[in-house]
Amino acid sequence: MFAAALIVFRESLEASLIISIMVAATRGIPQRARWIISGLLAGLVGAALVASSMEAISNLASGIGQELFQVGVLTLAVGMLAWHNIWMSAHGREMAAQAKNAAKAINDGSRTRSVIFLVVALAVLREGSETVLFLYSLATSSEDGLRTTITGGVSGLVAGVLVGALLYAGLLRVPLRWFFSITGILVLLLAASMASQAARFLIQADLLPSLGAPLWDTSAVLSQSSAMGTLLHGLIGYDPQPAGMQLLFYVVVLVTIASGMFWVSRHGQAVKK
Amino acid sequence: MKRLLSLVLLSFVVGQAMAATEEFTLTIQNHAFAPKEIKIPAGKKVKLLVVNKDATPAEFESKPLGREKVIAGNSSATINLGPLKPGRYPFVEEYHETEAAAQGTIVVE
Repeated sequence: MFAAALIVFRESLEASLIISIMVAATRGIPQRARWIISGLLAGLVGAALVASSMEAISNLASGIGQELFQVGVLTLAVGMLAWHNIWMSAHGREMAAQAKNAAKAINDGSRTRSVIFLVVALAVLREGSETVLFLYSLATSSEDGLRTTITGGVSGLVAGVLVGALLYAGLLRVPLRWFFSITGILVLLLAASMASQAARFLIQADLLPSLGAPLWDTSAVLSQSSAMGTLLHGLIGYDPQPAGMQLLFYVVVLVTIASGMFWVSRHGQAVKK
Repeated sequence: MKRLLSLVLLSFVVGQAMAATEEFTLTIQNHAFAPKEIKIPAGKKVKLLVVNKDATPAEFESKPLGREKVIAGNSSATINLGPLKPGRYPFVEEYHETEAAAQGTIVVE
């Protein structure tokens, strides 16, 4: 039961942190709750589909289908987060000032709603498919059987969601004038972290060189399986033994999105009537 | 013609490179790894063939190696490793990682 709780906690924590940050980052956008819930449901259906076709996915592209699938999901999510952040740096100020023109806000918000839908769905899909496979494996193999697996799984899920909810509650206490800067930074780090994970799968598929693996080792100082390590991994992509290529992806995505945000917010200022 | 020649040359080089990659086999049965320790050469790319003889899916995971891959029930998967520095790199079958049998080590020499 403890094993089930631990793994489900780890997987659901990652998804729950991503969702909390996205929910906070899209504060003030009309009807966002509906899109978040649709994203969740779509992600769950997707997770079940992916889990049941894992063997077929693995055999694609001469055995690197699984890696390519992960890279695809991560890249799509990074793209969505980048788009969201750059869009927000043009419109964030208006949102923070509570958009005066409601019709315009709905219009502008529609594209952001598809972003939040996709980001939530992809996060649930990625972490959910692993959880499904794990629970299936455990329920059919351990002596504990189905009931304890479910009890453990549910408590892990509840704990994961709780940490995400705490993060969200904490973010809501941030004064409004800093709020979107903070969520912008969190989204930026999330995107960089996903890019680094994509790099890891590209190395695993042998499509990219590792450029030094590991580049350094801080696992003795802060292990990724510790509570703090898990949290930092979910939030900023902490990896105690990163490959050089992962660091490269992290930095390039971070700098690219940050430059995009900077550029848009400067030009937005000039363009604004 | 020139292009064809370079293509032939390229496929030859790629073929050589692939032929040079050593392969090691790791078996999972009853959620236990065999062997528990695999020695691989340092500074070289190798392939690890993970054979899952259980009916349930397994996940090969190693944080130190930066690898994670799901292996469906009764099937196998290849995991690319290296080039690595000498050392010990632990791995686990993530779904049973708390059990000693589901833990192993890649020893790079």
